[in-house]
Amino acid sequence: MDAKLKVENVYKIFGAQPKRAMTRVRKGQGKDEIFAETGMTVGVNNASFDINEGEIFVIMGLSGSGKSTMVRMLNRLIDPTSGSVKIDGRDIVAMSRRDLIALRRREISMVFQSFALMPHQSVLENTAFGLATAGVGRSEREAAARKALEAVGLGANAESFPDELSGGMKQRVGLARALAVNPSILLMDEAFSALDPLIRTEMQDELLRLQSEQARTVVFITHDLDEAMRVGDRIAIMQAGEVVQVGTPEEIVRHPANDYVRSFFRDVNVSHVFTAGDIARRDQVTIVDRPGMSLRAALSRLDQHDRENAVVHDRHKRYLGTVSADSLKRCIREIGPEAEGRIETAFIEAVPALAADTPLDDLLAPVASAPFPVVIVDGEGDYYGTVSRSVLLHALNRSEEQPGESTPQTEAEHV
Amino acid sequence: MFDQPYFPAARAAEGFWQSLTERLVVPLPIGEWFTAVVGYMQDHFEWFFELVSTVIGFVADELMTLFNWIPAPLVFLLLAAIALWRVGWQFTIFVLIALYVVLGMDLWPATMDTLGLVLAATVAALGIGLPLGVAMAKSNIMQAIIRPVLDFMQTLPAFVYLIPAVIFFGTGRVPGVIATVIFAMPPAVRLMNVGIRHVPAENVEAGRAFGCNGAQLLYKVELPLALPSIMAGINQTIMLALSMVVIASMIGAGGLGDPVLAGIQQLRLGTGFQGGLGVVILAIILDRLTQSFGTRRRGPGLWAGLGRVFGRRT
Repeated sequence: MDAKLKVENVYKIFGAQPKRAMTRVRKGQGKDEIFAETGMTVGVNNASFDINEGEIFVIMGLSGSGKSTMVRMLNRLIDPTSGSVKIDGRDIVAMSRRDLIALRRREISMVFQSFALMPHQSVLENTAFGLATAGVGRSEREAAARKALEAVGLGANAESFPDELSGGMKQRVGLARALAVNPSILLMDEAFSALDPLIRTEMQDELLRLQSEQARTVVFITHDLDEAMRVGDRIAIMQAGEVVQVGTPEEIVRHPANDYVRSFFRDVNVSHVFTAGDIARRDQVTIVDRPGMSLRAALSRLDQHDRENAVVHDRHKRYLGTVSADSLKRCIREIGPEAEGRIETAFIEAVPALAADTPLDDLLAPVASAPFPVVIVDGEGDYYGTVSRSVLLHALNRSEEQPGESTPQTEAEHV
Repeated sequence: MFDQPYFPAARAAEGFWQSLTERLVVPLPIGEWFTAVVGYMQDHFEWFFELVSTVIGFVADELMTLFNWIPAPLVFLLLAAIALWRVGWQFTIFVLIALYVVLGMDLWPATMDTLGLVLAATVAALGIGLPLGVAMAKSNIMQAIIRPVLDFMQTLPAFVYLIPAVIFFGTGRVPGVIATVIFAMPPAVRLMNVGIRHVPAENVEAGRAFGCNGAQLLYKVELPLALPSIMAGINQTIMLALSMVVIASMIGAGGLGDPVLAGIQQLRLGTGFQGGLGVVILAIILDRLTQSFGTRRRGPGLWAGLGRVFGRRT
């Protein structure tokens, strides 16, 4: 199978005279040596890899490893100093400006870490940005933009402006803007890194869902191992400007190329990739414990939402305990009809909270034995979410599916 | 102590420094050179100054005639409507009272003259200044060239502009407007430059990544995102134009500067104060109105604002 995107011997030198530094690179001088002697930085050093049609290809590395530079050379926002980048066999490094602009309008689009939406345009106009640039007529581009917004679940927000949206919604617009031009390649530069963990997981799921509907070639940049493992069909790991390893998540975990790669996985047992925090939901009814919160008020809140139990936290989100309709009614009966009881008296002791970084395997026993969803708290003891039996089973099922999904990919590689 | 006769060493040293200074310093008749250059330009570029004079004179005259032709009540209505649309009903009331005061001081024609002069000068200053600002933002070489020129323009005392203006264009409206254009242009250039350079890098990248060419990048991304800064520049230009137009009354530009000048020359305190008050009123109205265009408003428009004033729920 021919690669969709073929990167061959790409270098990027930042500095006044890149050619001078290139001759040093060719002579085999190291990055540090060149910097010390010429003051120029080798951003990307001899990168070569293939990206297949329809896969999510993750480029992972610490900050400063050259991954953001690398992705910008795939649509030539940054010009490579040397080497070739071929899309469907056409070398974009040698391409004329006119052809390059045509390519960016039709073939390849991008999602940015800080969203980079245009604040003066509505969500709909933002989404239609690429099509408007390409000169597509108003009715046609707005129809395409509405379709893209529907696809990311923002159909109702078309007339809003970016400053009225939350971070997660903004990035959905960023994603819709990239999808609206119907590109065959999607570049995502740390697209979910600025979002908080729950929203990030949600957006990853969204990306996987969109990918299952229509498989595009996605190049996904991240510094986050969990994210790379979750979304990546294959992962390239960059270190100090070099691509040190390319492979499926499984291959990389089993046979890390060097200590740098190994260090990413030091604390990770492959079967424990997911933690409680990754799958926790926030769909429980919560009660904020404040001076006016009586037993009866809590009970009425439960009744209103038609739930059997609720999570109680204080105004700073610190988790205090769990109450159920039964425990509340019992306490109200005990203190009599007149008195105002404190809510702590109704806490159910049988529900201990677990830390967000608890591996899923260690979650099985507590979740199975607890009468209600188990509460998850973060490092500070603040309420983070809950894990119910069905959520846990669902997550376990999916995590067992994942290696299975990537197996055909692996086979194709070795044929 | 050095000129005391009984201290010969000091006398000798003084003589030495004096003769050294005399030998080293070459007289530089910069003033004469400047006069020569101006004279040369007067002789050889007369057609250019004629052309500029005709165009500026025409625009300024037409604008002044226009504002004086519009009946005062209509100006009241127009400015009040803009104030209501862009700022709010409190400011609208201020505008109405302020314009009434101008009318009461019998300064209406002078105020309309000044408004015409300010607008003519502002249009010219922006027409030259904004494109210069774009060029400056796009090219570091242009920035290196233009920046010292702007520094020069801004630090030169305002009165100094009047001398060459009079020499090239005589006295009256035209040199007044031209001196005003030069005096008021720098902030428009500078803030356009700064505004474009401060557009977030990722927005520019997004524009390029979605296939913008140079012009599209400017119109779709850079100018809209730089708009608050550009509007601040325009606001500054109008304010500077207003202050310069008052000074330019010294060379016969006319308008609100005349009563101020008369107040100074003839020590007529009341006349001077009235002229000054007229300038302040015009300044406040122009300032608030132009500032309001720098902030993006998606809130109630003109009709909703009218509705709010007349108690209709919208």
